[in-house]
Amino acid sequence: MTSETGIVGYGAYVPSYRIKAEEIARVWGEEPDRIIKGLGVMEKSVPGLDEDAATLAVEASRNALAVADIEPSRLGAVYVGSESHPYAVKPTATMVAEAIGSTPDVMAADLEFACKAGTAAIQIGMGLVASHMAEYSLAVGTDTSQGRPGDALEYTAGAGAAAFIIGRQKEQILAKLEATYSFTTDTPDFWRRQHAEFPTHGGRFTGEPAYFRHVMGATQGLFEKTGMEANDFDYFVFHQPNGKFPLEVAKKMGLDVEKVKPGLMTPIIGNTYSAASPIGLCAVLDIAKPGQRILLTSFGSGAGSDSFAMEVTDNLVEARERAPHKLAWYVGRKNYLDYGLYVKHRRKLKSL
Amino acid sequence: MAENIAITWRRIPERYRLAGTQCTTCKTKFFPPRKICSTCRRKGKIESFQFSGKGEIYSFSGVHSAPAGLELEIPYVLAIVQLVEGPKVTAQIVDCTENMVKFKDKVEFVFRKIRSDDPEGLIHYGYKFRLVK
Ligand SMILES: [Zn+2]
Repeated sequence: MTSETGIVGYGAYVPSYRIKAEEIARVWGEEPDRIIKGLGVMEKSVPGLDEDAATLAVEASRNALAVADIEPSRLGAVYVGSESHPYAVKPTATMVAEAIGSTPDVMAADLEFACKAGTAAIQIGMGLVASHMAEYSLAVGTDTSQGRPGDALEYTAGAGAAAFIIGRQKEQILAKLEATYSFTTDTPDFWRRQHAEFPTHGGRFTGEPAYFRHVMGATQGLFEKTGMEANDFDYFVFHQPNGKFPLEVAKKMGLDVEKVKPGLMTPIIGNTYSAASPIGLCAVLDIAKPGQRILLTSFGSGAGSDSFAMEVTDNLVEARERAPHKLAWYVGRKNYLDYGLYVKHRRKLKSL
Repeated sequence: MAENIAITWRRIPERYRLAGTQCTTCKTKFFPPRKICSTCRRKGKIESFQFSGKGEIYSFSGVHSAPAGLELEIPYVLAIVQLVEGPKVTAQIVDCTENMVKFKDKVEFVFRKIRSDDPEGLIHYGYKFRLVK
């Protein structure tokens, strides 16, 4: 299989606020060690009061544009995937396109597929760029998701964004997008109705028939489609609703767990939903060496997984230094909140 | 309400990405954008100019009593930022407290929510600044 498109720019964003799992456990009378061990999440990111999925997306996109080193007006398409778009009706993509200076000569739309809308945007970009409908296409995964107070999701629901610019100029490609494969079924593991504030999930049903079946199905499907095998890859990035599921996938599939850890960010920033596996990919791109191969598999409830095979080129090493801020900078700055301030930040009280 | 939306919409390029203007005759940069150069008058030629978003703290103060709509955000830091290209802008400094800010501190522009009209109204976005440390 020959590659026609690749990632020419990428960028991440994580808000500066954090809350520790220990602090949430204290409020609900849970045993902190049991929670931290059970979920594999020590703390999570929390958006500022003036942040939402659109503002997160804009900053990640600006970082991606700087790495790509292209004029924003040359983006032919902007697709933003999220399950926490600020408006029910009015696109996030238009705000992002306007804020980065890509309007008006640009295709744009919002995508929604639980946690995999960001990788769906990458696939659309690959199609548009390969078919010459766009010179460059921007794909963003961004979320500021909420967990119901006291629910297990409250320990993990974080905030973040990752943006990728897809292009086809060989001398600009940082990581060749060699192949993609999707595994999709209708599975009721997690949902949120139109006017509901918090999502509902199928409890134990979210594991085997949903996450594991789709992530492993897409990954295995990609192996079969490309004729590649696990040994061909140096890194595996899987959707990470908690700190444990990606490591369990590695065990079930007989993959080297050490190849999963570099892209596992959820233990320190929480599950960033549409940005979760994309931020994991950013973490890997920040350290990968030319010639190395990365496998990325997202997961979105409902349910489906998108799997990608990528090969890092010589261009990555120089290009990534152009980012105004790398993922490590965002992850390293921390303003800790106690539960009271966290409630205010997430406007969890009815009167806020 | 309709007038409010029109004003918001017209100012989107300046608010979202610090789009300004410059006089190509005397090289003065304007933010907010101006259509006439106050020095060169009719001899001035005005064109659009994209500010870098980099600047430094010119003055600042902590806000402890917020205007309507920003009650949840207090205390926050409001500053006059001098952009490296010259103009001064008034904006909030995000992700910090008053004791973290000093005169001449370097800042960079960020895109944030400014306010939302009410639960069913428009969300207004625009520039704020962040300390670069
Ligand atoms: Zn002039």
